[in-house]
Amino acid sequence: MKINKDVVEYVAHLGRLELEPHEAELYTSQLDRILEHMDTLNALDTEGIEPTSHAVPVSCVLREDISRESLSVEGSVSNAPDRKGSFFKVPPVIEVD
Amino acid sequence: MENILDMNIMELRGLLKNGKISSVELTRFYLDRVKKHDQAVQAYLRLTEEAAMEMAREADRRIKEGEEGPLLGIPFGIKDIFCAKGLETTCGSQILKGFVAPYDGTVIKKLKERHYVHLGRVNMDEFAMGSSTENSSYQTTRNPWDLERIPGGSSGGSAAAVAAGLCVASLGTDTGGSIRQPASLCGVVGMKPTYGRVSRYGLVAFASSLDQIGPLARNVTDCAVVLEAIAGYDPMDSTSIPQPVPDYTQYLGKEIKGMKIGIPKEYMIEGIEPDVKQAVAESLSCLEGLGATLVDISLPHTEYAVATYYIICTAEASSNLARYDGVKYGMRVEGKDIIDMYKKTRMKGFGKEVKRRIILGTYVLSSGYYDAYYGKAGKVRTLIRKDFEDAFAQCDIIATPVSPTTAFKIGEKVEDPLQMYLSDIFTIPVNLAGLPGMSVPCGLDRAGLPVGLQIIGKPLDEGRMLQTAFALEKERKVKSVPDRFRS
Repeated sequence: MKINKDVVEYVAHLGRLELEPHEAELYTSQLDRILEHMDTLNALDTEGIEPTSHAVPVSCVLREDISRESLSVEGSVSNAPDRKGSFFKVPPVIEVD
Repeated sequence: MENILDMNIMELRGLLKNGKISSVELTRFYLDRVKKHDQAVQAYLRLTEEAAMEMAREADRRIKEGEEGPLLGIPFGIKDIFCAKGLETTCGSQILKGFVAPYDGTVIKKLKERHYVHLGRVNMDEFAMGSSTENSSYQTTRNPWDLERIPGGSSGGSAAAVAAGLCVASLGTDTGGSIRQPASLCGVVGMKPTYGRVSRYGLVAFASSLDQIGPLARNVTDCAVVLEAIAGYDPMDSTSIPQPVPDYTQYLGKEIKGMKIGIPKEYMIEGIEPDVKQAVAESLSCLEGLGATLVDISLPHTEYAVATYYIICTAEASSNLARYDGVKYGMRVEGKDIIDMYKKTRMKGFGKEVKRRIILGTYVLSSGYYDAYYGKAGKVRTLIRKDFEDAFAQCDIIATPVSPTTAFKIGEKVEDPLQMYLSDIFTIPVNLAGLPGMSVPCGLDRAGLPVGLQIIGKPLDEGRMLQTAFALEKERKVKSVPDRFRS
């Protein structure tokens, strides 16, 4: 076994996902097989090889610092599931006694 | 009117210009077809009928004033992954249900500037994750050649709509084969351009170092025309390539005599259906008959591509999809605190495959596993890229099958994600290397299902690929639009 249910549940928490018990079990067996397949990469010697993170060489792209029109405030918040005026509304983040 | 389905955009442009047909009539023709046939195909998620008719009227006004343009008044069905101001964009997901894009992405802006007609939004695998469009949270799109079968994915709605004649052309996206594979399985032409050739600004992100936008169409000419319209440098996408866009149509009809076509020996794997093998072999002989030379080449790291790809794409997806948190847009499920709200929202809003990939991507990036998976995959990606560089020292283009099989049955692979992932073996290496690749119809199997030939080019060499595809199309004359959708 490459992975067990506890690890799947922990990783799901890191990814901010709640899982139903049957989902955790299903994912554990499926991910185990997938990770096993991924371990085939270990057969390759990659010592000294530079990793590729982008298919084409990407350098830092700079532009002139000129102000221009951007998304309006209304456009930015118009899709919020809950809002107050021009603000996004979320459940309390800090506990107050 | 029915032979309109067999006309390319250049021919349609002639009819529009001479007043033989108006854009309003053309748009009505396609909307009527959607109403008649889409109950069977289920390609469209939403029709934008009123907007389409308004766009068509505007196009007709411009045509009357003598304006010319390749896409002026041409009806498109668009994959539901592109932001267009004022239109719902769901990406096939419940989490984005009701999301109305507040701006136009670059490709949509370019199409609007050319006064295309937006018929509606077509189906896709949720967040473009899938090879069958069965991961859409809305509906199951069917393959027009056999309604019991999948259309491929993730741009399955695009391929099915084009194949059934429910639009002239479509835009799709390709991260590991999501344009080429459904194009192949539905018997249409689909192109994934060089990474960076088309701006991704306003495209809902899946795996940013792999995603690329491209056209699906019923013929190579339309593919060339649409590519030319959407390609080009865009300051809004820092990965877009600052190179001018060639006139792709000038490559169509040019002879391919002397062209060297590389045939990778690693692609002759077990598991390729004999009919696929045969259609591909016949197409290669056909190209040889036109004066091309076939060259044996080797891409030695092919067998590692699927593992490499699923590490990289899930890692990038887990990061990109962190934005769906129930705060800024889309669905929210209340919880006892903010973390609980995030977790419940994401549990309810994402489908199975998306959750599987977020967990996998989070795992391969997590401390303790990062080097073994993500770090390793980046290095193997270098080796895969280098394979192609070496191969292109010996040939001008590479030809392979697109998919080892023709369209499979609905439900056949849903319970086995690894099997589903392995079906992308021939398309994935192209994304890892950032190269352009396309699928062009090359025959039918004995059950009458389409087979596609994949043509892979050097970076920014889309012209030569189109040239080859056009030559093949002319010789092979593979039928587009199945008979049942001809009426």
